Amino acid sequence: MADIELLPHQVPANADLPELVEELTTLNLGPTHPATHGIFQNVLKMDGEKIVSGEQTIGYIHRAFEKIAERRPYYQITTLTDRMNYCSSPINNLGWHMTMEKFLEVQVPKRAQYIRVIMMELARISDHIICNSILGVDTGAFTGFLYVMQKREEIYEIYEEVCGARLTTNMGRLGGMERDLSSTAIKKIKDFIQSFPPVLKELEKLLNRNRIFMDRTINVGAISMERALSYGFTGPNLRAAGLDYDVRVMNPYSSYEDFDFSIPVGQNGDTYDRYMVRNEEMWQSLKIVEQAINNLPEGPYYADAPEYYLPPKQEVYRSMEALIYHFKIVMGEIDAPAGEIYHAVEGGNGELGFYMVSDGGRAPYRLHFRRPSFIYYQAYPEMCKGSSLSDAILTMSSLNVIAGELDA
Amino acid sequence: MLSNQEVAEELLGKFGSQVFDFEEPYGMLTLSTTREEILSVLEFLKEHSHFQVNFLTDLTGIQYPDKQGQEFMVVYHLHSFIHNFRVRIKVSIPEADIHIPTATGLYACANWMERETYDFYGILFDGHPNLKRILNIDEMDYFPMRKEYPLEDATREDKIDALFGR
Repeated sequence: MADIELLPHQVPANADLPELVEELTTLNLGPTHPATHGIFQNVLKMDGEKIVSGEQTIGYIHRAFEKIAERRPYYQITTLTDRMNYCSSPINNLGWHMTMEKFLEVQVPKRAQYIRVIMMELARISDHIICNSILGVDTGAFTGFLYVMQKREEIYEIYEEVCGARLTTNMGRLGGMERDLSSTAIKKIKDFIQSFPPVLKELEKLLNRNRIFMDRTINVGAISMERALSYGFTGPNLRAAGLDYDVRVMNPYSSYEDFDFSIPVGQNGDTYDRYMVRNEEMWQSLKIVEQAINNLPEGPYYADAPEYYLPPKQEVYRSMEALIYHFKIVMGEIDAPAGEIYHAVEGGNGELGFYMVSDGGRAPYRLHFRRPSFIYYQAYPEMCKGSSLSDAILTMSSLNVIAGELDA
Repeated sequence: MLSNQEVAEELLGKFGSQVFDFEEPYGMLTLSTTREEILSVLEFLKEHSHFQVNFLTDLTGIQYPDKQGQEFMVVYHLHSFIHNFRVRIKVSIPEADIHIPTATGLYACANWMERETYDFYGILFDGHPNLKRILNIDEMDYFPMRKEYPLEDATREDKIDALFGR
């Protein structure tokens, strides 16, 4: 009998016990795990089902955009920006154009500003429907995702009509838009305004007051406003924690001051609040799109800035000035003045900033992208500490970390 | 609404000649300070009961290889939500002694931003809890954003920089 190994609870209290070793499991979440929705790794230390600590490894799709940008003429940098947050590329593109316009003091006509607002708000909707419906998928509700995916397709069709591309849009030009809104585009936008609300209402019906969804998301991955500020949160994630900071309202750009919309805020900063804030933001974005398309001003869709905006192709064949400008712009012969600028727009995930230093050359001397995902994702271990693995997945999903923006 | 003048005067009164090179490019108050004073300046702005500049928007580095003794620069962008006031603070450091104190004690988000700056430029943030590469691989033995590493193969003769970029 003496050889029988005793189970822990059968060990007499006064027995000589070996030193207990730390028994934590190391779990690799990622880099290519379907639940992380992107290429990044989390090395989690688990105590049974509970997460004790986590360490992130990022940079799997780092493409050195900031280095590449130091060699490219200004207009060629646009194609780098839309590969950052690829769920809402037009915001990145137009944000970069607005930075350069502010830097070169180019006045953009009202019509172009309104078209930009329409495209940026559609991009915000497409960003948020993906985030919210994927959150549904992660809690086990796949159906809603399929419903709204169809609507994102319609938004992509509008992009296609406006700029010719769907994902990496390269939308707009320095000084305005590359072409006017076609009648097809206007029809598609109006159709979208009509057909989107019922679909969004259906998604809300599926999730908002769903007992299972609420149990899975309320008080999961919560962060206080103080911590969120310290961690540099912006956008929907900060607003869910209760602070109403929105670049569109605080530093209006592209005529945002003309539109009537409100900023939804949450209270607890948890997954449910982030979901609800994004949900309400889609309604507000739709409201902005509706106002902009109904009040679309007449007039030119590009600025009178021949040094920066490509002349019409017919003119290039007929007029000497147009030919010269065309050549200079395409070859990147346009020098920008020396100086520095920081400009921010409200991206899908928060304040998307561009810090550009020019030494007077044809390419930036230094270009730094303030990428919201990169900055707030470092709070993730703190947010999922002590929660179970399945809750940590939801926390990550509701933060809407986009790998392209994370790594740049 | 906070004016640049007001903040600049307050900073000058507190730090004297330790804050210098005041500018206003595109309306944003820009100033320089020394690495000895940077943490005090950040803390002063953060704890100031009226200014409340308590949000670190961005932190990044720049290299100026031709400036003797000031080859590297760390740039902080700060924001006060209460007044909607932004300020940019620059600190120059020499290549021979490439150290600057970390801001992680004041702002949690400085952690990754400083790691990124270290990864790109090799700027050492003293007191940083986990200063290692973030975007590039750990085995990398150089700092890729430095100007001495050209983007294209420098031995190529078919592409002339004067025609095709820098």
